[in-house]
Amino acid sequence: MPTVNMSVNGKPASGEVEARTLLVQFLRETLRLTGTHVGCDTSQCGACVVHVNGSSVKSCTMLAVQADGAEVVTIEGLADGDSLNPMQEAFRNNHGLQCGFCTPGMVMSAMDLVNRNPGATEAEIREWLEGNICRCTGYHNIVKSIQEAAGNMGD
Amino acid sequence: MQDFSYRKAQSIADAVDAMRGADDGAFLAGGQTLLPTMKQRLAAPSDVVDLSGIAELTGISVSGDTVTVGAMTPHAAVAASGAVRDAIPALCDLADGIGDPQVRNIGTIGGSIANNDPAADYPAACVALGATITTDRREITADEFFTGLFETALQDDEVIVSVSFPRPQAAAYMKFPNPASRYALVGVFVARTGGGVRVAVTGAGEDGVFRAGAMEAALTSAFSPDSISDGQVGEDGLMSDMHAGADYRAHLVAVMARRAVAAAG
Repeated sequence: MPTVNMSVNGKPASGEVEARTLLVQFLRETLRLTGTHVGCDTSQCGACVVHVNGSSVKSCTMLAVQADGAEVVTIEGLADGDSLNPMQEAFRNNHGLQCGFCTPGMVMSAMDLVNRNPGATEAEIREWLEGNICRCTGYHNIVKSIQEAAGNMGD
Repeated sequence: MQDFSYRKAQSIADAVDAMRGADDGAFLAGGQTLLPTMKQRLAAPSDVVDLSGIAELTGISVSGDTVTVGAMTPHAAVAASGAVRDAIPALCDLADGIGDPQVRNIGTIGGSIANNDPAADYPAACVALGATITTDRREITADEFFTGLFETALQDDEVIVSVSFPRPQAAAYMKFPNPASRYALVGVFVARTGGGVRVAVTGAGEDGVFRAGAMEAALTSAFSPDSISDGQVGEDGLMSDMHAGADYRAHLVAVMARRAVAAAG
């Protein structure tokens, strides 16, 4: 079986996987980082979004072996101890989550947007979230959260 | 997903060798179509040959009036490229409308055209702009490359190296996305070139992307939205399925073509 080595949230991680093991399975089942969720498993919903080498990807549609040697950041890698990252804080302040299932993917996707486009407008945020589905339909407050975080993170 | 033997190719020659040694191999580009297909067991390759380690397959260069995009270049890189935007802004706009941001971060132009999904966006750009597909062994014109539904002129062990697009005088792509899947229900790419106007339609044809000859002739005479009429692309040969009937698709082709001509200016 292939062995993979990668950096996950700044720490080295390795393990034996089957070739068909998805990155999200490796993160959740081998590394026990269960903050990354599997919603649809068909690359539609975005609950599984993580960052690979600085870009947001759907970890249900990437093999663990494809991430060999990569730097991976998951939702667990954002907070500094008990101190939430500004995007997480903004989701809390703006009631940006209801059931919370989509939230890890929303936050990771939003972080990628703000990194690329710090001054994103409401329309740009809504367009960016095309690949993230909230079954609670809580989009309005998710967009508000991201707008607030973008302002704070730009300071 | 059924398990398979995985190999990360170190070079193009290594990739070709690996594919020749496989019972039923598949090249892995970005995997945004291949992996979902394998999960559904619509594909179950014995060997997967990953092309992501071959540096020469990634990158964008503009030389004179030609934009060359490496096969493993992700859609997001094309969408964000200032050099491409200066030369062929319609190509950036098309790349920026594929899938969603996460798919664009990893999905590649080579993977898209090798798969030749009848609702994919890039085949329309390749055909309308008269692109040339360079492989490890030859050059193939876009008109010859796309041969049918999910079918191309590629041999089983042939690796796409890059796609070269000549700069048009003006071009635009308009699509009507399926409201659920966001794939093109109909997409029309219009390019005005020195050799006349070329119009390529994706999403609608039973055999995948096709050129709309009557529209090309009308637009070559007068490049105006008024040159487009509903009968120029008929229902024959168009898909009819749960998403749309052939008659509706034929109508949408005209609507999208008008919008593309207006946007190209």
